Amino acid sequence: MEFALASIIGVLTAAGIYLLLRSRSFDVILGLTLLSYATNLLIFSAGRLAIGKPPVLVDGMAPTLANHTDPLPQALVLTAIVIAFAMTAVTIVIAVRSRSDNGSDHVDAGGEGMP
Amino acid sequence: MIETIGTHLPVLPVLLPLLAGALLLLLERHGIGVQRALSTVAMVALLATSAALLRAADDGTVTMYLLGDWPARLGIALVADRTSALLVLTTTLLAIASLLYACAGWDRRALHFHALFQLQLAGLNGAFLTGDLFNLFVFFEVMLIASYGLLLSGGRGPRMRAGLHYVVFNITASTLFLIALGLLYGMLGSLNMAELAFRIGQADPANLPLIRAASGILLVVFCAKAALVPLYLWLPNAYSRAPAAVAALFAVMTKVGVYTVLRVYTLVFGSEAGELAGWAWTWLLPAGLLTLVLASLGALASKSLRMLVAFLVIASAATLFIAVSLDTVETVSAGLYYLVHSTFVAGALFLVADLVRRQRGVAGDNLDVAGPLRHSALLGALFAVAAVSTSGMPPLSGFLGKVLLLEAVPATNVAWVWSIVLVTSLLTVVALARTASQVFWRARPWPETASSPAPPQPAQVAAAILLLGYGIAMTLFGGPIMRYTGDAAAQLLAPADYINAAHGTAPQLREPSP
Repeated sequence: MEFALASIIGVLTAAGIYLLLRSRSFDVILGLTLLSYATNLLIFSAGRLAIGKPPVLVDGMAPTLANHTDPLPQALVLTAIVIAFAMTAVTIVIAVRSRSDNGSDHVDAGGEGMP
Repeated sequence: MIETIGTHLPVLPVLLPLLAGALLLLLERHGIGVQRALSTVAMVALLATSAALLRAADDGTVTMYLLGDWPARLGIALVADRTSALLVLTTTLLAIASLLYACAGWDRRALHFHALFQLQLAGLNGAFLTGDLFNLFVFFEVMLIASYGLLLSGGRGPRMRAGLHYVVFNITASTLFLIALGLLYGMLGSLNMAELAFRIGQADPANLPLIRAASGILLVVFCAKAALVPLYLWLPNAYSRAPAAVAALFAVMTKVGVYTVLRVYTLVFGSEAGELAGWAWTWLLPAGLLTLVLASLGALASKSLRMLVAFLVIASAATLFIAVSLDTVETVSAGLYYLVHSTFVAGALFLVADLVRRQRGVAGDNLDVAGPLRHSALLGALFAVAAVSTSGMPPLSGFLGKVLLLEAVPATNVAWVWSIVLVTSLLTVVALARTASQVFWRARPWPETASSPAPPQPAQVAAAILLLGYGIAMTLFGGPIMRYTGDAAAQLLAPADYINAAHGTAPQLREPSP
């Protein structure tokens, strides 16, 4: 499972960076989204992978990571997801507005040497 | 009552603007007068709080404020020490002037201006006060989201393009920040800075390369915020397109990057960090020097007044990096003095540039053409004071800051640092003198046919004078301020107090946890 998770993170990051470097604003936004997915998975894996363990302490069980899942990375991921979600919305609004104002969805639309 | 406020002092600089921002959103339909009144009340309260915070921190106590009453190693803590109190006060003073400028009429045109302004203040103050890396990320986001709104509201065309670059760049930097946080948490099991500092010294040697990578990513993120080479390319366009009052407030945003570098790298990777102690410092000095050269050349080559000021902001951040990277109490102390000074003066320059632009008719702030200029005596005087201060000529605060820094440079680095700082100061003087001669001396008489622009409003002039006045006050009270920055630098470079405060502060209501 570690290998699968690591591969997913790697592929998502590579695809995200590739899209981020492209010149159309839609591609850039998709790239940012993929990159944030990769980051969320990475943070999630910081709490170690555990299957079927509760994220809360139970009475009569020693409070170590052997008996439960680390809940903190899940809280961190939750915050990160919310922020990334809001940011994606903001970027889309700005990109749409920039396209209608500058007449092109190129990231440098309307600048020097651009149509 | 007073005592209760005293114990909750560190959280107030975040809570007050948050509350004011929320109230302002509710009160928006009652008109601009109500919003201005509430903003003013909020700023007065914030000023009183910041001053009280500075007084409480002045005797060297590190105040830990446990949010949710969890012990610092588990929960989120706010920390007020000398440096963060100084920066909170600086932000407040800057914000008062930039709010005054906006209230002269611009705030009518931007949607939700007052609310966004307060939320940005909450983010800035939070970033200065937090003691937890993930919380720092959240406050960065609060600050950035508000800044996107402030930068873009009411904008169109070119400003949208600059805004898209700014937003995409900052989101990418935030994503990198999260990656570093994930790695650090996975390796060390905490994100509280004091706890990290404690654990990093005892980390498993096998994990050190990964921790090193994470801290490198973290440094890249902070340097991107502070516009260090090669991560400064987004700044000139975004800042020069921003409305003046917003650009003036943004003068403190690059300083957040410098502050976080100083905070995280003196604390977490400082003298307690064992093998990782200060490993990235050697890169900061050359990078700072290179940025300083490039920013001065950029200032020399800029075609508009606002672009010139934006490059001067980068130059001041680069000077700060030089001061920070030399890593002695004297240079960091000079750096803190210079940080406060350059924030005020850069804010003043943005305001003066906007005033000049409005009095030049069609020429705007374009430096390629000599246009007419109304009210040249007043604006010329304001510009002269700001220019003298920012370029580091005597007798104003810029001179004091630079002299202090140059005097404190350790002997091994004197040749490089002195020559580059002095040559770039000369380049800045040339750039400012060229600008002044183009705008003020070669100003043509106002054409008879065109209608003359409205004179600058008293509130706008007062805001610019207020910011310049801070700089002059920093010169007059140089002695006490330098004593304070010296103490603050000593406190920063000896992180043991901070770590002890984090360990020694017990929850007040909660049972001791395992």
